[in-house]
Amino acid sequence: MRKAFSTTLAELAQRDDRIMLLTGDLGFMALEPFADRFPERFINVGVAEQNMVGLGTGLAESGFIPFLYSIATFASMRAYEFIRNGPIMHDLPVRIVGVGGGFEYGPAGPTHYGLEDLGLMRIQPGITVIAPADHQQMRTALLESWDLPRPIYYRVGKDDRTIVPGLDGRFELGRAAVIGTGRDILFITMGAIAGEVLAAVETLAQRQVGCTTVVVSSFNPDPTEDLLEALSRFPLAVTVEAHYREGGLGSMVAELIADNGLRCKTVRCGVGTTPSGLTGSQAYLQERHGLSRRALLQTALQLLVEA
Amino acid sequence: MGGNQVTASQIRRIILEQSRRANVGHIGSALSIADIVAALYGQVFNGLDPDDPNRDRFVLSKGHAVLAVYAALFIKGWLTQDQLDTYCGDDTLLGVHPERALRGVDFSTGSLGHGLSIAVGAALAARLKGVKRRALALVSDAECNEGSLWEAVMFAAHHQLANLIAVVDLNGQQALGYTSAVLSLTPMADRWRAFGWDVHEVDGHDAATLARTIAALDMAEGSPHVLIARTVFGHGVSYMESQIKWHYLPMSEDEYRRALLEVSPA
Repeated sequence: MRKAFSTTLAELAQRDDRIMLLTGDLGFMALEPFADRFPERFINVGVAEQNMVGLGTGLAESGFIPFLYSIATFASMRAYEFIRNGPIMHDLPVRIVGVGGGFEYGPAGPTHYGLEDLGLMRIQPGITVIAPADHQQMRTALLESWDLPRPIYYRVGKDDRTIVPGLDGRFELGRAAVIGTGRDILFITMGAIAGEVLAAVETLAQRQVGCTTVVVSSFNPDPTEDLLEALSRFPLAVTVEAHYREGGLGSMVAELIADNGLRCKTVRCGVGTTPSGLTGSQAYLQERHGLSRRALLQTALQLLVEA
Repeated sequence: MGGNQVTASQIRRIILEQSRRANVGHIGSALSIADIVAALYGQVFNGLDPDDPNRDRFVLSKGHAVLAVYAALFIKGWLTQDQLDTYCGDDTLLGVHPERALRGVDFSTGSLGHGLSIAVGAALAARLKGVKRRALALVSDAECNEGSLWEAVMFAAHHQLANLIAVVDLNGQQALGYTSAVLSLTPMADRWRAFGWDVHEVDGHDAATLARTIAALDMAEGSPHVLIARTVFGHGVSYMESQIKWHYLPMSEDEYRRALLEVSPA
């Protein structure tokens, strides 16, 4: 998604000279499409996320649309208060771009995991949260949202190849993409982990288990209507996110069910414990935390047995 | 009142009146910057239109001293007496820290170490747009405890933001003690100099010199500028001067009357 982000942003910057790209000294082999074409609107601010957000606030107040790029955990957490007291409180079009949420930086270890970025941003009503599921949706999402007057947090995946089947790059703010019409299991997912969900769905289909998958791509606005429609048809919803179980997608769905008095149970698949310190690849960590396609398949089959 | 010449003694009188009326503290911090604010609103920002997008930008990074700025906005006629009298009340934009929804306030602040980076962005924006505009941040000395302030200091020097001015209110105090006892900031001027700024050490209670110093700065090219303004916390009210407790305490009626006599003798 990083390449789609960078090339699409460069296209937009060609049309609109308000767009700037700032990085906290990250993005090797990712930001060049923008940096090479618009050197005067590209700044490596150094390893200084707080200042990056502060100066992004000052730039936006003067009419620029600054995109502030870092790894998801640094982008969201190191400068969190600056984001709240800056772009959110001043209602300015600053874009926080957090790369590699979940376990995408697997071997780098727990300091580099982004397991609470979406939840932290979601609880702030004044910032829109966008987490595309693949690089095609990344492009559409950026084209659809870049000039929104309010702040945005983008969680951008590192995978530039995987395509979520059936998504076809669809993105509409406040809407969810519904894939499939199966009536046995409802999956609700968000972000790059959607690739694992759809892989599990494919295996389930081979075993005559039909699934409907709702791909959520934004919070604030949440795709409330699309979710209510889906949740009203199923007694059970399985939420899947590369994120702590609390605060993100699963919480949003559970709140929606409670707020609307729906008769629907949730099984929230996410990270339930602080990472132990045993590191490994993204695939290893997703397996360990029940988020791999294999683990999701097992969860689904177990639910069918229990049903 | 309105549209009058902004003077430090008027600012001090209003600080005392409003602090007494609202029965709140932060008096010493506001008195500390009264002369700096008088220099800014009386001279440096003369002719500034608060609705002009190309106006100079001002960030009161030590937001807890904003009463001094409310006083200046009132004297300039941008705030009515009725508005001023809502200070620290309910349903008001005039809280203990500045709120950008109030006309004449560019940025909301209150969390220390944040404001300078915003001013850096405003200065950079002016340069990128080719607009002759200054960005000025007033920071406290204790605020220099915050690492994030130094991130902004480094960036501004590296990018040679000549249209950026920082004023450090060097009163030597912070909430719970003297800066020399809590976390030493000495030598303040040398620290900024070492980071590549154009440093000016000035008397922070001499509004005319402050304004003259700012007017003489090269805004076109070179390093960003910092005025290390030596001040006395609580300046103008003898029993508050350099007293830690006047960071938080409100005044009794008797203390108020004594203070008022000192700042605007009958």
